[in-house]
Amino acid sequence: MTLTLLAAGGATIPDIIVFAVSAAVIIMGAFGVVTSRNPVHAALSLVMTLFGVAVLFIEQDANFLAAVQVIVYAGAIVVLFLFVIMFLGVDRRENIEAEPLVGQRPLALIFVGVAVASLVALLVSSHWVTGAHGVVGPINGSVNPGSPGAPSGEVAQLGKQLFTTYLFAFEATAALLVIAVVGAVVLARRERRDLEKPSVESPDDEPSSDSSEKEVLR
Amino acid sequence: MRVALLIASASLHGGIAMPHIAYLAILPEIVMLGGAILLLAVASLVRSALNVTVITVSTLVISLASLAAALWQFFDVQSHGAYTTLDHAVVLDGFSVLVTVLVASAMALTALVGDGYQRREGLAGPEFNVLAMVSATGAMLMGEANDLVIVFLGLEILSIALYVLAAFNRRRAESGEAALKYFLLGGFSSAIFVYGIALTYGATGTTNLTQIADFLAKNVVVSDGLLLAGLTLLLVGFAFKVAAVPFHMWTPDVYQGSPTPITGFMSAVAKAAGFAALIRVFVSSFGVLRVDWQPIIYALAVVTLLVGAVLALIQTDIKRMLAYSSINHAGFVLLGLEAAGALGKVGARGVSSALYYLFAYTFMAIGSFAIVSVLGGRGDAAHEISNYKGLGKRQPFLALAFAVLLLSQAGAPFTTGFWAKLQVVAAAVDANSVPLAVIAMVSAAVAAFFYLRVVLLMYSPKKFVSDQEGDRLENLDASGDAVASTSAREPLWSGSGRQTALVNELNATLLLESSPETIEVPDEREGDVVNVPVLAVVAIGICIAVTVGFGVFPAPLADFAHKASLLFMP
Repeated sequence: MTLTLLAAGGATIPDIIVFAVSAAVIIMGAFGVVTSRNPVHAALSLVMTLFGVAVLFIEQDANFLAAVQVIVYAGAIVVLFLFVIMFLGVDRRENIEAEPLVGQRPLALIFVGVAVASLVALLVSSHWVTGAHGVVGPINGSVNPGSPGAPSGEVAQLGKQLFTTYLFAFEATAALLVIAVVGAVVLARRERRDLEKPSVESPDDEPSSDSSEKEVLR
Repeated sequence: MRVALLIASASLHGGIAMPHIAYLAILPEIVMLGGAILLLAVASLVRSALNVTVITVSTLVISLASLAAALWQFFDVQSHGAYTTLDHAVVLDGFSVLVTVLVASAMALTALVGDGYQRREGLAGPEFNVLAMVSATGAMLMGEANDLVIVFLGLEILSIALYVLAAFNRRRAESGEAALKYFLLGGFSSAIFVYGIALTYGATGTTNLTQIADFLAKNVVVSDGLLLAGLTLLLVGFAFKVAAVPFHMWTPDVYQGSPTPITGFMSAVAKAAGFAALIRVFVSSFGVLRVDWQPIIYALAVVTLLVGAVLALIQTDIKRMLAYSSINHAGFVLLGLEAAGALGKVGARGVSSALYYLFAYTFMAIGSFAIVSVLGGRGDAAHEISNYKGLGKRQPFLALAFAVLLLSQAGAPFTTGFWAKLQVVAAAVDANSVPLAVIAMVSAAVAAFFYLRVVLLMYSPKKFVSDQEGDRLENLDASGDAVASTSAREPLWSGSGRQTALVNELNATLLLESSPETIEVPDEREGDVVNVPVLAVVAIGICIAVTVGFGVFPAPLADFAHKASLLFMP
């Protein structure tokens, strides 16, 4: 998208330099995630990638997104990763040379290459409805293009969208968070000892199940 | 939900026009989700753990209230027509009502089956039912979503609850394996789905289904690579959820590993919700592109029909067999979707036939898995098909019920399965897809073979025993088992031990009296007579009643499905 934006004109030399540098940082970070032997280094490389993406967001005047990117992803999520890595033990080495499926690495490389190539071809050749004209204007500008949107008003715009067009999505996300919490508790909870015993059935259930059993026997 | 709305209205000074909310349109969801959270809250506040009966009854009440709300919606739609609400994020039409009715009934039936399961496995606490209810809410959201973002949220709410439910019985290693497999592949497919939404948004400038249709109707997309890529990725996400070949790999393992009542719920609800959203997105939003997506659906239907039927033949585990059979059923629904791509009346018939099939399949699947669940025994492990041998003599009612449900899945006359298959095949023929219809019938014939195999096994006589002796031994075994099982459950008191010993002695004497060949018979026994909980009997009875009742009198249900498709708002 940025490429087409640059090609479309309006990009100054500093723009291009900032884009090139942050793109290099992003790609280096991504390679670092995959190639690092030490999981902590991999996680820190991920932080690098996320910072690079944040810079790209700032360059496109999406300041709020950039801040969220740094706070939520680089701040919270990667720290969580690090916690998990530390819990499991940093010094434990996995034998990543062993291949469970023979030939999966070269195949994966080929598939990824094809996917990336087709994606680039797609993005260059396709007609975008969103994008270029929406970058500096109001968010979701194609829906109501008339309203003026200053670059600094994007948080207000986001809030407005959240409580109008995406009100229901916003509410439904609450259900998603509830289910995530309940699910996590269910999976992580330790079972009480008394549940392990076979005699969990309460005595008042016995007659009913027995009568049904007799029914079946007849 | 309420609190968030209040905060929103409190901060309303800067002139945000809040969208109008027609609460009737989201009433079943509110009831289901609110009830689930209320149940969870009450259960955590009450000091002593709520017992299973209380939880089951409250789940039933909530599900039936949701069902009643859906029926209210139906009468409202019939008198006032279909409409969208919440800034067009939600649509209320016959289609969404049918999906809601289906999901709410499936939830009620699952609560009935789950009651006995929870007692047998010793699972306390309300989480089993709460997770299932939240999952059902997600399925309802998918049925009435009019925005790709809502479809995605519904999909995630449905799936995340199902991942946890699949792992619910942590004493079984298979359960954890199934959940992990489902979670990883499901997460992957969700990511593909989101990518599809993003590309579609890039190509059309909106995620709203009505506005996408509007955009495509008014604009000719010259370089449409982006749009088609988005469409394809969306299809992959849906195909994973409904278990269409080649995105079916997770199905047998997950169906086998999950707790059996949840397998029934999963097969019915996840499939119905996935297909509902798939049909709505493709037919109403991308209707203009039908030339592009119809061939893909055609190919998917062919491989799904054939692979599902052929692989089901070689299974030795009943749950895996039913998993492949569910894949085969997905192929039949795809037949309806393929026909739905046609214009005008033929297309409407395709939609209505697919809906009818989903409705029929829900009751057949939940009923079948309920019986499998009951027969699974403690530990939910006895699922070898060979265990079903001689079931007709051991438990005639259960065997008869299973036979009816299997025959219905095979498409025998006087069942909903027959009418469902007839409708989709007729819709395909109407849409000029005759080869597809022929393939479907061939696959139905292949499928009939593995359903009938189980039925024959259930009614096959035992080896080495003449009929009379067999009967006598059978009764003896059964009574001995009954005594043994009750005494095993009671605390050890002096009498019960003596009683068991007495029975064993009795067994031995009777065996000695009978002819020498029959001494081998106790070793040949394939399984024990199991306890059938009353609520499971009710659930199985309802499934049979629906399957046979609407099979003999097909008009009301067909009418319902037809109305649902007529009101379907593009």
